[in-house]
Amino acid sequence: MILAVDTSLGTAVALADADGARRAEAAAADPLGHAEVIGDLLVEALREAGDGEITHVVAGMGPGPFTGLRIGIAAARAFALGRGIPVIPVPSHLAAALTALQTETQPFAIVTDARRREVAITVFDGVDEDGIPQIVADTVLVKAADADAHLDGIHRVDVAALSALDLARVGARALAAGRTLAGEEPLYMRHPDVTLPGAPKKVGT
Amino acid sequence: MSGPLVLGIETSCDETGIGIVRGRTLLSNTIASSMDEHARYGGVVPEVAARAHLEALQPAIDAALAEAGVGLHELDAVAVTSGPGLAGALMVGVGAAKGLAVSLDKPLYAVNHLVGHIAADILTADSAPLEYPTIALLVSGGHTSLLHVRDLTTDVELLGETMDDAAGEAFDKVARLLSLPYPGGPEIDRAAVDGDPDAIRFPRGLSRASDLAAHRYDFSFSGLKTAVARWVERCEADGVEVPLADVAASFREAVVDVLVTKALAACADLGVPRLLLGGGVIANRRLREVALSRAEAAGVTVRIPPLSLCTDNGAMIAALAAELISSGRHPSTLAFGADSTLPVTEIQIAEAVPA
Ligand SMILES: [Zn+2]
Repeated sequence: MILAVDTSLGTAVALADADGARRAEAAAADPLGHAEVIGDLLVEALREAGDGEITHVVAGMGPGPFTGLRIGIAAARAFALGRGIPVIPVPSHLAAALTALQTETQPFAIVTDARRREVAITVFDGVDEDGIPQIVADTVLVKAADADAHLDGIHRVDVAALSALDLARVGARALAAGRTLAGEEPLYMRHPDVTLPGAPKKVGT
Repeated sequence: MSGPLVLGIETSCDETGIGIVRGRTLLSNTIASSMDEHARYGGVVPEVAARAHLEALQPAIDAALAEAGVGLHELDAVAVTSGPGLAGALMVGVGAAKGLAVSLDKPLYAVNHLVGHIAADILTADSAPLEYPTIALLVSGGHTSLLHVRDLTTDVELLGETMDDAAGEAFDKVARLLSLPYPGGPEIDRAAVDGDPDAIRFPRGLSRASDLAAHRYDFSFSGLKTAVARWVERCEADGVEVPLADVAASFREAVVDVLVTKALAACADLGVPRLLLGGGVIANRRLREVALSRAEAAGVTVRIPPLSLCTDNGAMIAALAAELISSGRHPSTLAFGADSTLPVTEIQIAEAVPA
């Protein structure tokens, strides 16, 4: 079995067999509160999945608001460490695209909230030979108000909840094909918000 | 060696701490710090710290297990800091702790960071056990708190805390005013070596009679920081060189004086002849010297854990959880989060109510 964990939007946990068959799913839609719910969702999903050895953990790497995104990645890595099994990092938009492909036949864009009036956009077209959604334009951050102009007619799929089951399926396909879909670093898309200190402000006398 | 084998995870500020204890015996105190990454910003940047925790956690856990010579499956429990601290940083530790505890099917204890600083003291094998009650002064870049500890696992009271900057933060900010690098504590110490601590009488925050009524055990360092800034500006306006050593020594003396005076006042007021020091600023030698000599004069015994256990670390978190387990406490539920302002009275968070 493969365990998948994603906190790029809400909190989503799923277990699937190596062929992608559903074993269990547990999720909370709240775009906050990932730290509070992640443990119970893991327990719930494991219980529903029943017996069977977990061989890999798929971590959704974002893009997503930093603070929440990291919680799922930290939980996925620690779970894998506890079991002595590998982590498969997968960009979260690939899971959203696999879900969308149940209905989309033309090129389409996965659009997720990136906070600060921005959205993250990745454009897909079908799947590649390994069954993994095919990216035709890499993920970018765009002002929410400019998204439609940016997409210029490409069908827009706004996603507010991620399917961890589809995340597990993308991870399983990557594993079967021997492919690496993401690096170790989460897809933060932004630098940490810091400015270098200038001269100290005058306080006057 | 006896007692529960516990792995503690601490990510409340810029240190990724993994500690492993067996009861009161320290097996590993592994710390990865992102301090260097913050140096160019002159202070801890929360997002930089949180990103660094995510990177450092797994290698730190591996290193701690190797040093302790134990495997994850031998653990009796996992412990984690729930707060207080930087929210985004805490959440990385909470996520990891839950993932690990569920993976191993082990109990999880969510504990208070400040009480953890007190628990650090019980890991000192060669000193006599901590006696209660004790006053505890915890001073770091993130907190400045005065506590009345009647029992480590059940009864800790906040007497006072800083109303603005933490003492360590004051050192960092004043270092910047004096064009010294980050972190400020050791830099100010170095600059103060040949300085006269009585050269400039900088203000002692919340120490006037009128302040003491409402803030007897509280601290304030922002007025002190402003006073140093004014002093430096006046030197510049008058075209005289800033007497760096004297300013550094006098500033440090003002911080140390107010910390020690208030801590010993608490000891006297409450009739508690014991003072425990903790937190990273305890690394400041002048603070230790003044605390020891004035406490001796006041008939107060001072305990100072080794410096490696005074700075933020996972061993103190594991130690506190081991004490909770030994005293029969139930594990936490999995339904807790990070609480950046967790009160010190909440020693364990979300203890499960047995059915
Ligand atoms: Zn601390």
